[in-house]
Amino acid sequence: MLSKKTLGLTTAIAIVAATGAHAESLTIATVNNGDMIRMQGLTEDFTKKTGHTVEWVTLEENVLRQRVTTDISTKGGQFDITTIGMYETPIWGKNGWLVALDDMSAEYDVDDILPAMRGGLSVDGTLYAAPFYGESSMIMYRTDLMEKAGLEMPDAPTWEFVADAARKMTDKDGEVYGICLRGKAGWGENMAFLTATANAFGARWFDDNWNAQFDTDAWKNTLNFYIDLMNDAGPPGAANNGFNENLALFQQGKCGMWIDATVAASFVTNPTDSTVADKVGFALAPDTGLGKRGNWLWAWALAIPAGTQKEAAAKEFIEWATSKEYIELVAEKEGWANVPPGSRTSLYENPEYQKVPFAKMTLESINSADPTNPTVDPVPYVGVQFAAIPEFAGIATQVGQEFSAALAGQQTAEEALAKAQALTNDEMEAAGYK
Amino acid sequence: MAREVSRRRKTVVTIIAWAIGLLIFFPILWTILTSFKTEAEAIADPPSLFFFDWTLENYEVVGERSNYGKFLWNSVILAVGSTIFGLMIAIPSAWSMAFQPGKRTKDVMMWMLSTKMMPAVGVLFPIYILARNTGLFDTHILLIVVLMLMNLPIIIWMLYTYFKEIPVDILEAARMDGASLKSEIIYVLTPMALPGIASTMLLNIILAWNEAFWTLNLTTINAAPLTAFIASYSSPEGLFYAKLSAASTMAIAPILIMGWFSQKQLVRGLTFGAVK
Repeated sequence: MLSKKTLGLTTAIAIVAATGAHAESLTIATVNNGDMIRMQGLTEDFTKKTGHTVEWVTLEENVLRQRVTTDISTKGGQFDITTIGMYETPIWGKNGWLVALDDMSAEYDVDDILPAMRGGLSVDGTLYAAPFYGESSMIMYRTDLMEKAGLEMPDAPTWEFVADAARKMTDKDGEVYGICLRGKAGWGENMAFLTATANAFGARWFDDNWNAQFDTDAWKNTLNFYIDLMNDAGPPGAANNGFNENLALFQQGKCGMWIDATVAASFVTNPTDSTVADKVGFALAPDTGLGKRGNWLWAWALAIPAGTQKEAAAKEFIEWATSKEYIELVAEKEGWANVPPGSRTSLYENPEYQKVPFAKMTLESINSADPTNPTVDPVPYVGVQFAAIPEFAGIATQVGQEFSAALAGQQTAEEALAKAQALTNDEMEAAGYK
Repeated sequence: MAREVSRRRKTVVTIIAWAIGLLIFFPILWTILTSFKTEAEAIADPPSLFFFDWTLENYEVVGERSNYGKFLWNSVILAVGSTIFGLMIAIPSAWSMAFQPGKRTKDVMMWMLSTKMMPAVGVLFPIYILARNTGLFDTHILLIVVLMLMNLPIIIWMLYTYFKEIPVDILEAARMDGASLKSEIIYVLTPMALPGIASTMLLNIILAWNEAFWTLNLTTINAAPLTAFIASYSSPEGLFYAKLSAASTMAIAPILIMGWFSQKQLVRGLTFGAVK
């Protein structure tokens, strides 16, 4: 008869044998967002299932981008998996820097990934990064303040309504500002918001010949509308506010409306951090009747750099972290409101998840964003709140500085647009587009 | 009368000095205070300076999530290692330039300083590729060499200025007594230049401790120091300021305490030779 100890040992050996002859140690680069921290805490489940261990390198977003770009372009092979966004994926995929994720297992059910996400993370139909969580942008508003202003928020409002409501909700003496919007310079900060908003106003970054379009009336209208609105109904010092600053203001009850990433919905409705958790409503990002809404599309996705020696194990990890089972694991441990949103269709069909107050609006926002056809007039680029070309991040950060300075009152909107036009055309010419 | 005026002046100067000191120290104090707040209190407006519910929760979370000891140990190895290695090269170099100057010594010194004028990112790719090809990526030895090279021009310049203050006659006297070059440097020059060497050493340790470009770019897990530890708490989507402050406090505490205890030495060294 086998002793308990021997039995245990045999089982252990059997498990190791079944999970592959050699367990690997994976190095994963990521950012410090709530969902990623949660994933780090649950890694044990992955190790238990596959035998592979995981080492996390958590970096600041911009440092991560620079670090991973350096590593991939020199084939350094330091990372087996990296967290990347929807902007980089098509560019890096096209460069051959990422391993194609075209042979995922049947259980993984790649068709379950939301079509908008899958499209944005693919090059010519081949998936290069699996969405860990996805987001669009939407309006988060205070139901009590809206009622006090005598207004009712439609599900799909216009910019005219939003501006009117913002001005009515504002009570500067009581430190309540009708609308909080991004003003901090950066391609992923104010320019994400303004590029998406400009789409709704009929503006675009480039025409079909890659000529900058900042000298058009559509851009003039966008920027003047934004600056006037922020001056009348925005918080003081808005030119320094990014996602985190506006989140802090909203959670303290100082914003009537906030248009930003859908992922913020879980923060502002969380009673531990938010003072207004039970008074938040959601609506689609506004339009101007031209057929495009100012809502963006973004994913924090997991990809495998081409230099890795551990491709098979890395794929196993990606399958685990972006699977339906992972979502269930988080739901079981932390509740449905904390599962990574915006990646899978099945999540939104789940009756438990449908009870989460922001689930419906998040899905509708994601579905109404169209990265391949983002603007009223045709454009030569892909992307809603960015143009997926390598030069965009640098150019948009400089343009963002001009727009931020205009919001701070250091120059007029017209001056900012003239500078943006000149610098964009210069950079595009230097990069060989013209 | 004159004494009263000078006393009043002293009081005014003291108050101004304290005000400036506090102003400079305030961001650090604010970080330390924030680290004891909850995340909700950390973003509260108006903020409370001292009257909030003090909590150690952030330190617990940071301690649980990161291996602080490993990051700290790496910082110590890199800072001390690069300093010792640097001094081994800088002392003989500064000696030769101060006491045996050649025709081109001044040019050589300017050339050394000019290497500091290039932005670090300009040589990122070559160094990255060298590290990859030598297999030294994410190792202590690579970081020690890179940090040493980065600070070498500064410490040679500092030591050069200190050595210049030492009368050459004393060294000549030692030579007359039959001291070899080695014993001249070890037994005569070094003891006399000790305050200068000590402050150079301290400054170099601080520079290496705070270096955040190479230490972030050339490490992943094994050799990552406290700069990587802080960087891991910055969040693009989420308010974790209290935890970030706790991580920052833990990262600066050792160097702050060291600086506190050695400030006399540091000030003396830095002002050495400033007033002639």
